[in-house]
Amino acid sequence: MSTVAYITARGLFGRRRVLLLLPLPLLLVGLALICKAYDVSPDQWGQPVVVGLGLAVVLPVISLIVGTGVLGSEVDDGTIVHILTKPLPRRDIILAKLLVAAGVSAVTAAVPLFVVGALANSVRFGLALAVGAVAGAIAYSALFLLLSLVSRRPVLLGLAYILVWEGLLGRFVSGTRVLSIEQYVITIADKIAPTGMLDGKVSVPVAIVMTVIFALGGTIYAINRLGSFSVAGETS
Amino acid sequence: MSVVQLENVSRWYGNVVAVNDISMTLEPGVTGLLGPNGAGKTTVLHMMAGFLAPSKGSVTIDNAPTWRNPGIYRTLGLVAEREAVHGFLTAYEFVLACAKMQKLPDPAAATRRALELVEMTSAQDRRIGTFSKGMRQRTRVAASLVHEPQVLLLDEPFNGMDPRQRVHMMELLHRLGDEGHTILFSSHILEEVEQLSGLVQVIVAGRLAASGDYRRIRRLMTNRPHVFAVQSSDDRRLAVALIGEKSVSGIEVEETGLTVRAADYGSFTRALPRIALGEGIRLRKVLPSDESLESVFSYLLEA
Repeated sequence: MSTVAYITARGLFGRRRVLLLLPLPLLLVGLALICKAYDVSPDQWGQPVVVGLGLAVVLPVISLIVGTGVLGSEVDDGTIVHILTKPLPRRDIILAKLLVAAGVSAVTAAVPLFVVGALANSVRFGLALAVGAVAGAIAYSALFLLLSLVSRRPVLLGLAYILVWEGLLGRFVSGTRVLSIEQYVITIADKIAPTGMLDGKVSVPVAIVMTVIFALGGTIYAINRLGSFSVAGETS
Repeated sequence: MSVVQLENVSRWYGNVVAVNDISMTLEPGVTGLLGPNGAGKTTVLHMMAGFLAPSKGSVTIDNAPTWRNPGIYRTLGLVAEREAVHGFLTAYEFVLACAKMQKLPDPAAATRRALELVEMTSAQDRRIGTFSKGMRQRTRVAASLVHEPQVLLLDEPFNGMDPRQRVHMMELLHRLGDEGHTILFSSHILEEVEQLSGLVQVIVAGRLAASGDYRRIRRLMTNRPHVFAVQSSDDRRLAVALIGEKSVSGIEVEETGLTVRAADYGSFTRALPRIALGEGIRLRKVLPSDESLESVFSYLLEA
């Protein structure tokens, strides 16, 4: 399992794609710093920066880049065959990939969110955002890992989920919020550090249970899909 | 010693049948899987390697199904046609990672042995991304041999290799076959199989067209009638002269020239210039018209 994780991590950081992870966190922290430097009241910039940019864009997009990068890119270029032709339980392969994806996304998203939370309100709020981001990173990673196995266009599907389902429908159709990881993150962070800045639309039990369902369900289904992974008959 | 068995295996994609009711048994030694492009060789190999479920029938290695059974990779090695490798690793790192994923007791020693086998030790510390096609191919062979599998499947292994590397790879496959490994390699080039005296399985259009000793199949192929398109200064007079020649089995006279069917390639091609010279006829064009690989294979299919 460690070898799969090692190759996955090398693959992730060896591609130029990893540079995509930099601008969003920098933008997030930069915006917060500018607002702080000009003494703008956190009541004005807190919500748009933390929720509008941090939780609605930075966390899911980073998870998408990483989550589809750990498996989807190997499926794309065919190198996955080298890992699949080993007598490893498919569970170990998925868990190793998920570990790398969730770990990298969690660190990349939680650190800037912590900084922004601390600047906007308090260290406690920063920690709450970081905890929420870690939970969200795990759920998002499981979802996007699964998408890389069920579709040839995981990035497109993932973007549709983030932009259309969570971003657009979540605003107008209240029912879709129950299946929105962003809402779970908001609820969890708000429960740990109530500030008035976050406005959770789902209850705390729903948020926790659904996060676990996304993480576990995505993982189990992905293991099953990898077990019957087919290589399309390419005859040149 | 391992045996790969296909029993009445079919595979279809929607309503396209890629593999049609194939049964074969592969025993220790080297077997060539031969057929024109698009015949279904890769589909058969993928089913053997557990990367595709047969739509019908069963694919087993030592009676264990290959589909949804990762345990078979302890006895199976696959060199896929797509040459995708983790280019950011060095050859040594890549083979070592494979050895570790196979959970070998001494991965480092197995890695060195496998790299020696394919003569890649001198370049083992270079990144695979910098390799030529042949070097990449040999690295992939090393990776699939690192756990000394009983069964080794290779999809078009000679593609992109220069003649020396080809010979070396042939020798390697032969040695492994003689040691009791079950080796199957696919190819669409007849001459590649020629050097491997072993058994061949010929697939045409998803069906098993011939199976058995290469020499027998080769004989079938040399006996088939050859068709030539001939143009000359006097087609009709040439036809009269040619019909007396023993190796000619039929002639059609057309506007554009003659279509000559010959039973024996060698004696016809020797006789034609002699006859033309004797009759004082100038040959303008002599073209073997069905030398394409597909026609050879489809002849086998009819035979």
